[in-house]
Amino acid sequence: MSKVVVVTSGKGGVGKTTSTAALGAALAQTGQNVVVVDFDVGLRNLDLVMGAERRVVYDLINVVQGDAKLAQALIRDKRLETLSLLPASQTRDKDNLTAEGVAKVMGELRKKFDWIICDSPAGIERGATLAMRHADVAVVVTNPEVSSVRDSDRIIGLLDSKTEIAERGGTMEKHLLLTRYDPNRADRGDMLKVDDVLEILSIPLIGIIPESMEVLRASNLGTPVTLSDASCAPAKAYSDAARRLMGETIPMAVPTDRKGLFGKLFGRRAA
Amino acid sequence: MTESLKSPTPIRLRGRSFLAIVLSPELPFSNWLAGLDDLARRSTGFFLGRPIVLDVAGLDLSREALEGLIEELQARNVRIMGIEGARASLLGPGMPPEMRGGRPAGDIEPAEDQAPTEAAAKPPAAAPAAVAAASPASVPQVTTVVPPSPASLLIETPVRSGQSIVFPEGDVTVLGSVASGAEIIAGGSIHIYGALRGRVMAGSVGNPDARIFCRKLEAELLAIDGLYKMADDMDPQLRGQPVQVWLDGDAIKATTLN
Ligand SMILES: Nc1ncnc2c1ncn2[C@@H]1O[C@H](COP(=O)(O)OP(=O)(O)O)[C@@H](O)[C@H]1O
Ligand SMILES: [Mg+2]
Repeated sequence: MSKVVVVTSGKGGVGKTTSTAALGAALAQTGQNVVVVDFDVGLRNLDLVMGAERRVVYDLINVVQGDAKLAQALIRDKRLETLSLLPASQTRDKDNLTAEGVAKVMGELRKKFDWIICDSPAGIERGATLAMRHADVAVVVTNPEVSSVRDSDRIIGLLDSKTEIAERGGTMEKHLLLTRYDPNRADRGDMLKVDDVLEILSIPLIGIIPESMEVLRASNLGTPVTLSDASCAPAKAYSDAARRLMGETIPMAVPTDRKGLFGKLFGRRAA
Repeated sequence: MTESLKSPTPIRLRGRSFLAIVLSPELPFSNWLAGLDDLARRSTGFFLGRPIVLDVAGLDLSREALEGLIEELQARNVRIMGIEGARASLLGPGMPPEMRGGRPAGDIEPAEDQAPTEAAAKPPAAAPAAVAAASPASVPQVTTVVPPSPASLLIETPVRSGQSIVFPEGDVTVLGSVASGAEIIAGGSIHIYGALRGRVMAGSVGNPDARIFCRKLEAELLAIDGLYKMADDMDPQLRGQPVQVWLDGDAIKATTLN
């Protein structure tokens, strides 16, 4: 049974695209057949983060409009043969995405892949609602700050009302992915605490991704962070989150900064 | 238009109730408008997209003064749907229509021999703060407006940012939290077993005995029977506490529970 996952947040710049690529690659590394789908029409990024920007010929809108076959638009990853990308259009208008057209493409993808991971655009408009419309599972990407949490709350409301599952009277499975978590700022009290975010959003936590240079480096190289350096902290956190998505139970740790702690102790002594 | 006049197909008239917010301006208007600006500034988007009725009963107004007031409100993006309590001479063309009542809309029966357009254009006799709207359909049928509804509404999920629960019929109980940017408007009392971070308005159809209860007070706005308090007006001691809120005359009172 294939699963359609929407990676969504309301707010922009929180790490949806980064997370889509990292989770997709981590799932594909376990041998599952995975496609990552870019719904951010007009502002596509996923091709860059996946390092496939020079290989885009056809895109989601071409397929929705029947100008290209799905197989022509899918781009197979060069590093992982179980991983594919369905890119968004950079030039077309997002009004070309129709609900029926997207439903048809999703149906075809379900036949080919175990996991269909949809990268949602920011906002609560058409693009975002179409990306979540056919999902079975939602990964709600949130940064530990007030505006991001509020936007996520809004998105959860839409997941519970504007999706096919909700319209059939069901409830969508939802997971919170806390990203760009900075242990130093958390220590100083400059960020919301993990518990506070969980209390406000009241959906289960699937992972905490630390703020890390590795993420920037990987995305500049066009490699999902889980493929570039599997041993770094964000890659491990993403891999664990992917396993939890597959139903495994893995203990979760709140990232700490050892150096930071040491520095603090040392600083106190010197004073 | 011509089409429907020729066609013998009767249209269906349905009643629909909306909860309108009633603004009761006081003289001098400049002070009252300043208060309104303050509310709008602190609660952005509060009037946006809501049906709003202006209640001018008891005010001795000239037509110019009323027009001036409506213009001032329009400049603030507050669009008036109707006017309550105005002398007939004040109203007329170019003014919002007169509204009376405040009771639920009764059945609207299309007369068989009337041209459909005429029937549709005829306003319902008693329009409450709930408004009757007509919509065409192909089957002749008399539709009941509101089925007898329970006096309380139970919500077992959290109320999320951007969601609005409107229940003029009675009490609202929420088992989860009410998020920042969410709101609940109840005719009766409001009970929240989680954290209250959004806006709640109890007794909104004129019930000063309504109360608000919550397990953790972090509200953006509390109102009972139209009297409101914003977050900044609340006693900081009550923040994060289980709290009960009620009305004592014209004052909003609040105290911790337990
Ligand atoms: N854990 C992280 N640590 C450091 N930078 C990050 C992290 N996650 C995302 N970023 C950076 O934040 C920016 C926005 O991320 P992106 O995934 O494009 O967000 P979105 O798709 O939600 O708009 C990018 O420059 C990305 O590299
Ligand atoms: Mg993005």
